[in-house]
Amino acid sequence: MTQQPQPIGTTGASPPVVGESAHEPSSPRPTGAAPAVAGRSPARMAWERLGRDRVSLVAAGISVIFVVVAIIAPLLTAITGWGPITPDNKAIDPNSGNYPLGSFGGVSFNHLLGVEPGTGYDLFARVVYGLRTSLVVGFSSAVISTVLGAVLGMAAGYFGSWIDSVLSRVMDIFLAFPQLLFIIALTPVIQAALQTNEHGGTNENLRLLVLVINIAAFAWAYTARLVRGQVLSLREREFIDAAKIMGAGWGHILFRQLLPNLWAPLLISFALAVPQNITTEAALSYLGVGVVPPNPDWGALLSDASQFFLQDPAYLFIPGVLLLILVLAFNLLGDGVRDALDPRANRS
Amino acid sequence: MFRYLMRRLLAAAVILVVISAITFVTFFALPTDPALLACGKTCSPSRLAEIRHALGLDKSLATQYWEFFKGLFVDRTYGDQSITVHCNAPCLGVSFQSDTPVLTILLGDFPVDLSLGTGAAVIFLVVGVGLGMVAATHKGKAADKVAVSASLVGVSLQIYFVGLLLMWAFVDKWQILPAPSYTPLTQDPVGWFQGLLLPWATLVVIYLAFYTRLSRSSMLETLGEDYIRTARAKGLPMRRVILKHTLRAAITPIITIFGMDLASLIGGTAVITESVFGLNGIGKQAVDAVTNSDLPVTMGTTLFAAAAIVVFNIIVDMAYGIVDPRVRLA
Repeated sequence: MTQQPQPIGTTGASPPVVGESAHEPSSPRPTGAAPAVAGRSPARMAWERLGRDRVSLVAAGISVIFVVVAIIAPLLTAITGWGPITPDNKAIDPNSGNYPLGSFGGVSFNHLLGVEPGTGYDLFARVVYGLRTSLVVGFSSAVISTVLGAVLGMAAGYFGSWIDSVLSRVMDIFLAFPQLLFIIALTPVIQAALQTNEHGGTNENLRLLVLVINIAAFAWAYTARLVRGQVLSLREREFIDAAKIMGAGWGHILFRQLLPNLWAPLLISFALAVPQNITTEAALSYLGVGVVPPNPDWGALLSDASQFFLQDPAYLFIPGVLLLILVLAFNLLGDGVRDALDPRANRS
Repeated sequence: MFRYLMRRLLAAAVILVVISAITFVTFFALPTDPALLACGKTCSPSRLAEIRHALGLDKSLATQYWEFFKGLFVDRTYGDQSITVHCNAPCLGVSFQSDTPVLTILLGDFPVDLSLGTGAAVIFLVVGVGLGMVAATHKGKAADKVAVSASLVGVSLQIYFVGLLLMWAFVDKWQILPAPSYTPLTQDPVGWFQGLLLPWATLVVIYLAFYTRLSRSSMLETLGEDYIRTARAKGLPMRRVILKHTLRAAITPIITIFGMDLASLIGGTAVITESVFGLNGIGKQAVDAVTNSDLPVTMGTTLFAAAAIVVFNIIVDMAYGIVDPRVRLA
């Protein structure tokens, strides 16, 4: 693996700041780069490193397939002819407690992944629509928590003094909170608070919003702590002094000087937050405080399957294995992104 | 050392007070009225007012919090003429649902989480660090590769999926084990072990690979240090170098993560495990409390879990000083 030439001044700073020099508008060309690799930006090098990593490529491919399937879910269900909440009473056996007819949960050409016991919903449709829920919640909460974490972390690290003390204490408190317990407890609270204010949104979308807010509210502190640490070392660098001398305001320094130097840690924490949030959302739905039935969701499917798994194990296997593949693909991709952006860390 | 401990305990107390205040304000400012829920569907306004008074909900939020806070040190008495509940200090409030002091409920459920958490944690720590050592000393060989790739699968698995699979296989299909349940250790050690075996196995599947990977990378980092080369150069056997010189230095980052995991496991965050296997621990109590709008119990479970995290944070830092002589507490 090629060692990335480190710009002078970052040695010893942990976690390492990667890809700095490319985005420093106030400094000339990167001074630390060896002649052999001159002309390739750190972003490009990281990209090439990621491209050589076969595991990451496969993980990226699977992740893209999942995203595409989620986007074209209505098209797919239009082709198969079964929507997520259209029951097929012919596929279940009313004489044996409404279990699916046929082997392996009623898998057939008509129902690609079989049908749900009890309701007779097409499992394929429920899976592809459930995937939408997972990805929407996973991605949007990761975006919110990363943005929030970046802004507050930069503020804490750059301004120091009382702003840092206050923000750091707030981070400590959020990190000490029993997150899952609190999210469980908070979901009905936020739901009720939002419901009294706006009557427009449907219940389903409101619940998704509540989940996103809740998950993001407890995830930002990790990013903020990471960013703060990086900014603490970055703010002593010459290009910040130069910007100050030239009369730049703090807004310019934070968002035009510091932020471009933080994209590597931010991208890493975003990439690893997505699978984490998908897991949390599925767990909440499993516990019955997430997505409200009959709306499709993988966690809720598994929770439902736990009542039937003796008679119909396929109903448990299919969403369970799919959830494993989804989270694993995003985790591997996140890991690959981290290794590509941070080659000094010997994790592989 | 003593001064350090005092300072840390004080800081921990402050964090807990802040967390309790936030939890209190969030849940007691709820739009859903617990008195209305307790009163039922056919509820006269006078009865509602009575219940509200009995629960102390007619006072201002600040007064309510102050009374809650005071209850930690002084006995409290809840209720009106019909039912009175005496709550000894430290009092965390009284459940709206069952009129039992919250602390009694928590202490009743705690042994479940203690057994579940420590049992699983001991297994995944010992086995995980052991495997990590093997992987680190055989870097690049088959055992190492298996350990590394297994860890990401473990992290990506869901407790409820693994748990249900294990139950399906061991309890229903092969019928080797009884359905998981909690029997106190003192009552029936064999039943305790059998009933918790599957929950432990589930948690071990999820956590083990992560610990293997963590200890592997930590060991590898330490093995690259100069003093390890010195130890080898002066003729110490590899076995001794690994066990005495490397492991001791490599274990500090593992202790941090382990402390947090153990804290969240025994603090009732094993909600999912409890609900999969039907164990009545603090996590299950928390979920039930939310569904029943039982605010004092919600408060209690949240605070209990937060206290576990904060206390274990301090224990971890103290353990550092003992394990790694280079760390100085000040």
